[in-house]
Amino acid sequence: MNIQDFLPPAAEASRREGPHCRIVLSSRVRLARNLKGLPFPGWAKKGDRVKALELIRPAVESLPQLAGAFSESMDNLSPLDKNILVERHLISREHAAKSAGSGLVLNREESLCVMINEEDHLRMQALRPGLQLKQAWSAIDQVDSKLERKLDYAFSPDLGYLTACPTNLGTAIRVSAMLHLPGLVLAEQINQIIQAVNKLGLAVRGFYGEGTEALGNVFQVSNQMTLGESESDIVERLNKVLAQIIEHEENARAALLEKKPKTVYNHIGRAYGILANAQIISSKETMNQLSLMRLGVDLGLFPDLERALVDELFIITQPAHLQKGYTEKLGAEERDILRANMLRDRLQIVSRPKTKPVAGSAEAAPGKPEAG
Amino acid sequence: MQCCICKEKEAKVHLTQIVNDKIQKVDLCEQCAKEKGVNDPAGFSLADLLLGLGASQEMEQVPGGANLRCPSCGFSQADFKKAGRLGCSDCYTTFAEGLEGLLKSMHKGIKHLGKVPQHLQQNRDLSEKLKSLQKKLDRAVADENFEQAAVVRDEIKTTKEKLGDLTPT
Repeated sequence: MNIQDFLPPAAEASRREGPHCRIVLSSRVRLARNLKGLPFPGWAKKGDRVKALELIRPAVESLPQLAGAFSESMDNLSPLDKNILVERHLISREHAAKSAGSGLVLNREESLCVMINEEDHLRMQALRPGLQLKQAWSAIDQVDSKLERKLDYAFSPDLGYLTACPTNLGTAIRVSAMLHLPGLVLAEQINQIIQAVNKLGLAVRGFYGEGTEALGNVFQVSNQMTLGESESDIVERLNKVLAQIIEHEENARAALLEKKPKTVYNHIGRAYGILANAQIISSKETMNQLSLMRLGVDLGLFPDLERALVDELFIITQPAHLQKGYTEKLGAEERDILRANMLRDRLQIVSRPKTKPVAGSAEAAPGKPEAG
Repeated sequence: MQCCICKEKEAKVHLTQIVNDKIQKVDLCEQCAKEKGVNDPAGFSLADLLLGLGASQEMEQVPGGANLRCPSCGFSQADFKKAGRLGCSDCYTTFAEGLEGLLKSMHKGIKHLGKVPQHLQQNRDLSEKLKSLQKKLDRAVADENFEQAAVVRDEIKTTKEKLGDLTPT
């Protein structure tokens, strides 16, 4: 089956909700594992990589959690398929560059995804909408406990799970959350927050992970240290820090509305104006303006716009998703025109933003518990 | 002071990060700082940077350093300097001495405190039980409490059998 047919439509994916989803887009826990007696993928000859894949793939496929999953060798995926998976945050850019000897197993809910022969033999991740780190950890812990009975892991009692890169050694866990922080960016407090978070030994990265730009005011916060601390302590520490960041973001939004409401409404109104009327628009500008519209939804300025539509547009305006459905390869300029057409079309049903929050809008009250 | 990346130009950007009372320092020239995204707070983290630098330097200090090769996979220190990744799980034993300082600088501790695969965990629990039983036996013998010693000896026997069953196939 083709991955493009297997993946749920972006409209369905963006409807998944979780706790604190006005600020936390998603939670993720990733574990790295390697097999004993085989070189790590980056150093292995092709024969050893294929051997690892042949051992791991059937073991992963046989897990009850991955019944009915999509399972494929990376050389059977087209460059477009791979880019779509990257845009959905299901595989890393590094894994997208892999071919024969590497594989992917993914469930239909997009909540479990296993990369085989990325930097390590196994990189398994659990994903959840909103802030659900504990749930994600528990899900991937169970997958790992099942797999350890079928596969012989490289493990040392002193150093824990042995990974290709010493930065992942020990628990080999990466706990992360994607945060939408337009308030902190507009209030120019984001750098302070990033520095403070860095001091706590956590990393803050951009939209696509390591070494990428923070497009659309989306930031990824994750643990850096993996050795000398248990998994649950790491999850707990990240949870505490995220609760603080959420509070700061809510405060920044409230303070902005109190001190400079016109500036905030101006940003949101202009974002709507551009997205609903542009004839040519880049993917970067789209993400940045959509971020402001998402803020407008949170603040109750778009009573007839659902957050899910904004989140869907975040996905489908990206280059590979846009290319989907066209047989000939689109150039950047063609894409910018098609993207603008799509945005104008989809935003037709959305009326201009209000000049003040609509009374009774549940989203407008900061700090109010999240429904659902 | 020289830039620690290009080792040519004068270092003008000095970064210090304190993690758990450990000080980590990097000195960069303006160009390398820009290339590494030091001014872009979202894209930069000191640990990533340190990994590319400190690692190889740390490992070269080990006696016999540069010529050391992993007997299992043939990986060398020069390869680590290039890739920043190790060759196989045995490399952690081969290069243990050189890696220790590096691990100390990037992690909270150097002893694993997390999950342990279940068969190893049971193994560990049984080994510990065996040790304490052995002590109990010694004490019982010393006290000339032979009745208890007989009981403990039987317990040791069953524990040993369980441990034998666990040995991976």
